[in-house]
Amino acid sequence: MSGDRITKGLLFLSSLTILLLSAGIVVSLLGGALPAFREFGLRFIISPAWNPTAGSEEYGAMSFIAGTVITSILALIICIPMAFSTSLFIAEYFRGTRTSGILRSLVDLLAGIPSIVYGFWGFYALRPLLVATGLTDQGFGVFTASLVLAIMIVPYATSLSAEIISMVPAELKEAAYSLGATRREVIFSVVIPSARSGIIASFILALGRALGETMAVTMLIGNANVIPKGLFAPGNTMASVIANQFGEASGLKMSALIAVGLLLFLITALVNYLGKLIIKRFA
Amino acid sequence: MELTDNIRRRSRTNNRFRYLVIAGSVITIIPIFLIVGNLAVKGYRQINLAFFTKPAPDTFQAMMAAVNGEIIPGGIANGLTGSLLMVLLASLLAIPLGLMTGIYIYENESKKYARFIRSLTEILQGVPSIILGIIAYLWIVKNITRGYSALAGSVSLTIMMLPLIIRSTEETMRMIPLSIREAAFALGTPYYKMIYKILIPVSFSGLATGVLLALSRILGETAPLMLTALGSPAISFDITRPVSAVPLLIWDFYNDPNMVNLVWSASLFLMVFVLSMNLLARSVASKHKYI
Amino acid sequence: MNNTPQSENVLEIKDLFIAYEPGRYAVKEVSASIKRNRITAIMGPSGCGKSTLLRGMNRMHELYPNIETKGDITLDGQSIFSMSVIELRRRVGMVFQRPNPFPNMTIYENVVAGFSLNDIRLKKNQRDEIVENALRNVALWDEVKESLYRKGTFLSGGQQQRLCVARAIAFNPDVLLLDEPTSALDPVATSKIEDLLGELKEKYTLVLVTHNMSQAARISDESMFMYLGELVESGPTGTLFTTPKDSRTEAYLTGKFG
Repeated sequence: MSGDRITKGLLFLSSLTILLLSAGIVVSLLGGALPAFREFGLRFIISPAWNPTAGSEEYGAMSFIAGTVITSILALIICIPMAFSTSLFIAEYFRGTRTSGILRSLVDLLAGIPSIVYGFWGFYALRPLLVATGLTDQGFGVFTASLVLAIMIVPYATSLSAEIISMVPAELKEAAYSLGATRREVIFSVVIPSARSGIIASFILALGRALGETMAVTMLIGNANVIPKGLFAPGNTMASVIANQFGEASGLKMSALIAVGLLLFLITALVNYLGKLIIKRFA
Repeated sequence: MELTDNIRRRSRTNNRFRYLVIAGSVITIIPIFLIVGNLAVKGYRQINLAFFTKPAPDTFQAMMAAVNGEIIPGGIANGLTGSLLMVLLASLLAIPLGLMTGIYIYENESKKYARFIRSLTEILQGVPSIILGIIAYLWIVKNITRGYSALAGSVSLTIMMLPLIIRSTEETMRMIPLSIREAAFALGTPYYKMIYKILIPVSFSGLATGVLLALSRILGETAPLMLTALGSPAISFDITRPVSAVPLLIWDFYNDPNMVNLVWSASLFLMVFVLSMNLLARSVASKHKYI
Repeated sequence: MNNTPQSENVLEIKDLFIAYEPGRYAVKEVSASIKRNRITAIMGPSGCGKSTLLRGMNRMHELYPNIETKGDITLDGQSIFSMSVIELRRRVGMVFQRPNPFPNMTIYENVVAGFSLNDIRLKKNQRDEIVENALRNVALWDEVKESLYRKGTFLSGGQQQRLCVARAIAFNPDVLLLDEPTSALDPVATSKIEDLLGELKEKYTLVLVTHNMSQAARISDESMFMYLGELVESGPTGTLFTTPKDSRTEAYLTGKFG
């Protein structure tokens, strides 16, 4: 009997770690960010300033919020047609065949490549290609970063979408076929409406991943602490400014960076929560 | 005839869409071949025994080698040992905690508290790794080791691993048929023995898969380590001092133009290693299919 | 629907073989004639190939990738394998075992789904007429005329199935295939559908797969008995049931196998 009690106690205690961790994270972020908010108030969130010169320090998160939002949404837009067609390939057109299994494994491979390798490859292989097109002279900027980001989030959007699509009941599709519909018509009139919420949720979750991505973006976005001026202009994201400047920061600057981290935490948590909510309501 | 026109038009649209789907899928997987191909071609040259046994060269040595068209001397040994150290430490902490928490959530599904913990786990899983780096900095680097350290790096990796292991443990447990537990109880097995002797062994391959996947995830992580372990040129096993890691070395090399060749090789190695772990996890999952 | 003089047999099945994988035939050398404006029931124990045979008639079996088909089926003299599958399915409609109205469409939209899916534009009054006719023909009009613009999921199982029949006959097909249409319904709904089928045969030819012998005996004019992929015996229902020619038919009818 006491063996039971000990085991149950141990299990409960370990669950506490999650509780403590979560609370600790929130408290530490808030505590670390407090000096910055005390100094700049809530204006910090909408201010694009970033001036570390001693004596006239002023910090604001807007440039990075803009950078994060723009790159993530652009990445999502680029990702959608790729993920959509791949999930239809896997779950509809070639469903159950070896080809679809191979494609699925290949897409999963994309998810396994470490972020820094993506960034490095983007730097040495992709950038010259983009420079060659003439659209950008150095190759750093929002577009390059978003392109690589898109490739990175495709596996997440694809696997979830494919799963949702394959769950559409066969009888619904058969009814449409029996009325003379072509495959494409069945997909657009029955499969997609049926799977719509799940597909949207998968894209939202992919967006959540894009928001927090650090290394690849840091290496490609150009590290300019301003709101990006154009598609091929440099900028910075919340994650990348922290990665770049935290190591040498102190005092107010560090607090500002932690505040940026807090904002990133909140945005990511919100987006992920939204995605999970849609899935729960759907399934 | 109107009917045949209608049919012809729709067949055309149907076929065109099919080509679009196939084309889109091909475009999606082209990057894999590009990346793997690029890395393999440019990276194999520096991979030799020294690559694995010697620590990273300094920039001068690299420059000399580049000038003379030779292979850069040195390798990633300091990164290998650092990664090993931190991953081991993180596993020591995360695996038991993650397993037990996962079992707890599974065993207590009906309780609101357990479901709350599960929601927290999901939120934790979505936290960007750089933020976990900030946290480990604030908790360990500032307060415990008073400086960058392998311990801080391990803590950030631990926090990353925990939700992954908890989720996969819970999902694996879910797949065990209830009848197995009931059979155990029917034979008079006490609760704790049921967990140790039945639940865990039966789900072992699923649990192993979860652990392997979590490991492959953190082996490639760079961002949190930049704020915690910092990196070091020496091969060291002191957890209170800064230490290197393979991804950190890639970052260091990347910032130094002389080290270009080494970056390709290090990236090739890291990618191959992480992907192999992934494949290993998958094969473990499929081999023991009765769970 | 055609201007040619109508023959007695709408569908002719000639030496039909269907295999899901090479060598394993679900339908073996079946030859049969389906009489116009009659209800033909296909019966047999599970696994005998009756569903496969039915689905062959509107080429739904081709949804399986490795399917192998030999032999022919003609619709009013024309081989169904030589015509466009879209045209075929407009002339041969299908009702399935589980009622499957499209959940994202209203009742109204479900009835005309065949037209919208086939990209056929109709004027509103044409559509209204089709919807009302189809729903009247399945005795559903009075029950749903006030709720045409609601999604059909609030209907009972029997009503949903009648909606599916309405959807299938909106095209005015020559033949209506029914794959165990009442096996998911309660007895009251079943008998309503059976009455409906009796009325529909005046306008359409019905082919019905059923695992329920007494249903076949109740409503069908012609019967076909299948066993292990072969057509064992066929003929007028009364004759087949009272004086079966083959011992296997007799064994089935007396309940020796399910």
